[in-house]
This record gives sequence, C-alpha cells and structure tokens, in this order.
Amino acid sequence: MSDASEKLTQSGLSRSVGIVEPKTARFSEPLALDCGRSLPSYELVYETYGQLNAERSNAVLICHALSGDHHAAGFHAETDRKPGWWDSAIGPGKPIDTDRFFVVCLNNLGGCKGSTGPLSIDPVSGKPYGPDFPIVTVKDWVHSQYRLMQYLGLSGWAAVIGGSLGGMQVLQWSITYPDALAHAIVIAAAPRLSAQNIAFNEVARQAIITDPEFYGGRYAEHNTLPRRGLMLARMLGHITYLSDDAMRAKFGRELRSGKVQYGFDVEFQVESYLRYQGTSFVDRFDANTYLLMTKALDYFDPAQASNDDLVAALAEVKAHFLVVSFTSDWRFSPERSREIVRALLASGKQVSYAEIESNHGHDAFLMTIPYYHRVLAGYMANIDLASTPRGASSPVCSTEGAV
Amino acid sequence: MIRPDWHIVGQWITPKSRVLDLGCGDGALLSHLIERRQVSAVGLELDDDKVASGIERGLNIIQEDLDSGISDWFAPMSFDFVIVSQTIQAMRHPERLLADMLTIAREGIVTFPNMGYWRNRVQLGLLGHMPINRALPNPWYNTPNIHLCTLSDFESLCHELGIQILDRAVVDSAHRESTLLRALPNWFGEHAIYRIQRKA
Repeated sequence: MSDASEKLTQSGLSRSVGIVEPKTARFSEPLALDCGRSLPSYELVYETYGQLNAERSNAVLICHALSGDHHAAGFHAETDRKPGWWDSAIGPGKPIDTDRFFVVCLNNLGGCKGSTGPLSIDPVSGKPYGPDFPIVTVKDWVHSQYRLMQYLGLSGWAAVIGGSLGGMQVLQWSITYPDALAHAIVIAAAPRLSAQNIAFNEVARQAIITDPEFYGGRYAEHNTLPRRGLMLARMLGHITYLSDDAMRAKFGRELRSGKVQYGFDVEFQVESYLRYQGTSFVDRFDANTYLLMTKALDYFDPAQASNDDLVAALAEVKAHFLVVSFTSDWRFSPERSREIVRALLASGKQVSYAEIESNHGHDAFLMTIPYYHRVLAGYMANIDLASTPRGASSPVCSTEGAV
Repeated sequence: MIRPDWHIVGQWITPKSRVLDLGCGDGALLSHLIERRQVSAVGLELDDDKVASGIERGLNIIQEDLDSGISDWFAPMSFDFVIVSQTIQAMRHPERLLADMLTIAREGIVTFPNMGYWRNRVQLGLLGHMPINRALPNPWYNTPNIHLCTLSDFESLCHELGIQILDRAVVDSAHRESTLLRALPNWFGEHAIYRIQRKA
C-alpha cells in the first residue's frame, strides 16, 4: 500500500480501494468489427482492484455505460475530489467486494479516456481518427473485452457486471461467450432500445452534428470544440436520467435570485444545474465518442439475429443472472428488465430479479440504496468461485502487484 | 427446524422436479426442497426484505406482485409443481391464481389457514368478533388476509374451476396431523394443505 492510500485509509475512507493506477494493454492482432471495417491494432486502458487468486477464478469484469470509463473505483491522486464512477459498489466490504474479487474495468473502444478512439492517431493517416473512427457495437466491445481477458491470463469471469449500456454488454457476453462467465449481473438495462430511446439519442446527435463548430467531426483540425452541441446533448441526457420526482425534490421551482427576471438567463435552479452539467461535460468528454456511444446503444439488439426472438437468442446462455431495475427509471424502465427476465425464464435459465423502489430515475444504479446494495452483495456473496470457467489460456502479462 | 407442513409438501414433490413457489417469503421452504428433494427452484416474492433474504440464500427469486398476474412470467407447463403456501388468502383474485397456476404447472400445492377451525368459529359465532389467533394474528382492519375461506369453501371453488383435488392434509397449530383432524378436518384443522391438478 502506498503512502497516499494509507492516508486515505486513515482519513476515514477505509472502504475505498485507495489510490489506483490505470494500465494500458496493446493489441496488435486486427479486430474485425460489425460495420465491416477492422482495427489493425488498438489499446485498451483498464484498472484493476483487489488481488487475483491463485486459481485465477475470482475475476469480475465491470462494463461501463455511455459516459463512463475505466476508472470505476478509488482515486487517481490524493487530491482527487471524486472517486471512480461506481465507487459506491466496488471496494473492500462493498457489494462487489475487492477483498474477495479481482475487479477489472476498462475504457471501451471508441472511448475518449485512453483506449483507442476518435482522439487516437490513425496509423494509416498519421492524424487523429476523429469522425473516421469506425462505428463500434456492443458486440465489438465484448470481443475486445474477451481479448483483454486473455491478455490478463484469465480463462473466464466469476461475473460480468454492468448498468445501462454496461448491462447490455453483460447480456451480449452471456450470448457471445457463454462458456466464459459464470454469472451475469444486468442492471437498469434493456434487451434493445425503444423508439423513444433512439429518438432521445438522435436529438443528442443532431445537437452535436449541427453545431457550427463540429466541422463534420474534424473540430480538432480547426482547433475548436462543438461545445454548445455536446452541452445540449448532455443536458438532454441528464433530464432523461433523472425522474420527475427527483428533479422536484432537488430543485422544485426554486429561483436563483429569489424572483423572476422576465428574461432568458438562468433563473430556475434546474436550469443552472443543467448548464453546469452540460459545460463540465464538454471539458471531459469527446463529441465524436458521444456520437459513437449513442450509436452503439441504438444498434444493440441481440434478438435480431434470431428473428426478434429473445428466448431463442438466449438459448446457449449458461451464466446465472441477476437482473435489477429501478421503479422511477423511465429511460430503461422495469418493464424492459422484465422482458429480459421473462426471456431467461422461458429459455430455462437461472435468474433472480429485483425491482428497487427509488425516485432517482436511471441514475439510481450508481447510488447507495440499501435494498439495492443488499441484493447485489447477497448475490455476489453466493458466487461459487469453483464454478468460474477454466480453460488453458496462459497469462500474457503479469497481474502481480495489481492494485 | 423443519415445519411438519413442509414435510408433507416435501413428500408430495417428486425429486429433481421443477418447482415454483408463489409468495416464497424468505425462501426457507424452497431451500428445504432443494436440500431434501434436489429440485430446481424459482420463487416469486414482492416484499423487499424477503426477496433479499432469498437471494442471500442463493435462490432464484423474482420480485413481483402475484396479483398482477403470473401467466405473463412463465410459459405453460414450465414447472412440475407450483406451491402457494399461506398466500392465497392474501390475494385479490385467488380464483385467478388457482386457474393460472395450473396452466404453468402440472400440479399445484396450496396451503392456507382454515377459517372453519373451531377456535375461529367460537370467536366469530359465540364471542361475535373476528378471529385473532396464532394462524390469523392481525386485526380485521390491518390484515393481509382479505380472502379467508374454510376447507369446504376451497373445495367448492376447486369444483367450480374444474380442479381435481389429489390429496388433502390438515394440521393443527403446531402443523401436526392427528386422528381427530382426520375425522373432522373442517373443525379441527387449523391449516389446510391441498395437492391439486386440472381435471382431464
């Protein structure tokens, strides 16, 4: 343990994984993509928490959502204001217990946090990919995650876990690599997007694409950013991640200055909040990545290849499932999770389903809700590591000393 | 400790069969059946605390309100047995549940508190108030038990719905069987346990 993480422990963050360091895995074998193109080589940036056991049977993969990344837990520096995006659930003694599991989280291909994506240099042109980065799908991500698994010397996961778009990756894992995972935890997800969901994504994309600073995605070459477009896309997204109740509770109709000004400046607190969320997002996220991520969401439809029959699509699945939804989530409503559960039951799979009472909307999946965390912890505690798939794949890199 | 009514239910369940427990509570009965009968089990439960307990036991639990309909969740004949233990009297539509459960499974097992039990009759018929006792502990205004029935009420409903009664056991408050119970079940049975199937 480093000095810094000792200090964090002493400062009351004893349930934190402490200071963590991202690592980079390089792959030189081309990756064929759904869109017909392929990536000749690529890098995946990832973090790990906890220790891999001698049997290599306690690895857990965390799949991130639309704007997530590899930094799921802990801190990069002592001065960090905020921990990783799912620190509430990952750590010693937490539902995804790093005292028991070796947790892996990566930034997906097409991302903007270190893995190969629109900001990376295209080896062919020698310039950043920008809008020329190929469209990647959930299935492409799962293939790349499988390679990361092999790179880490793992032959299978004790569990693959994700919320929202992350949950879709979990579902895809169970279908594409049925022998590589023992448990699948799908949180606040859907078997495919509804027309309404695609519509929200399209408005977000149009906001970005029609921004005069977008330059067909080549904004970097013009030394600018489609700030307004990306900000609008994030503001719209944020509205759909919260519930009516949550917004009422958080902002009501509260005015910033106490009285109405009869103008178009920020007056209501909710406007101020959305603008803040939008502008701060622009500084940490790439517009081309945002476009790619929303497309991956829209295209996800594992039942399509089975004549829209999800039961048939799940026929080869071997993983045991935990499916979780939240009552006030209208972007990925409980009904969409029930579709997954019903299909799993109909194809004779092992599944548990919990519907969590919450007024936090879609964002609830990141929150510390006692019943939610009890279910997650209870399910994780029952995972029998002896049932983790084992193959003969040997380590390509050392995982010794992983934080 | 194993409750005697579980023992009876366990005897009726074929080893290694597929079992669905509707209103499975904390999953104790399912755990018992998995241990004794090696069944493959699924439980339905609405209460958060009980769902979490079932998942903590490592069971497959689906969180759902039984009153919102179960035929949406399960394909016809996807189970060998459906158990409804001490739950039917709390349903809004017990008759719908009975019909639905026998589309999902070959056989149903239903247990409920017998309103015809002599103590209930004394409390209502002689003392003139709604029964409150071990089997029915709640006052009338605050009870989940909104559709109480006697053995004969249940049997006539089965008759109406075209349901055949394959087995019946009645037990007292300690969930034991006795000679008196066998002679006058609707008087001395505190709890009833039925095994039912759809008439051919």
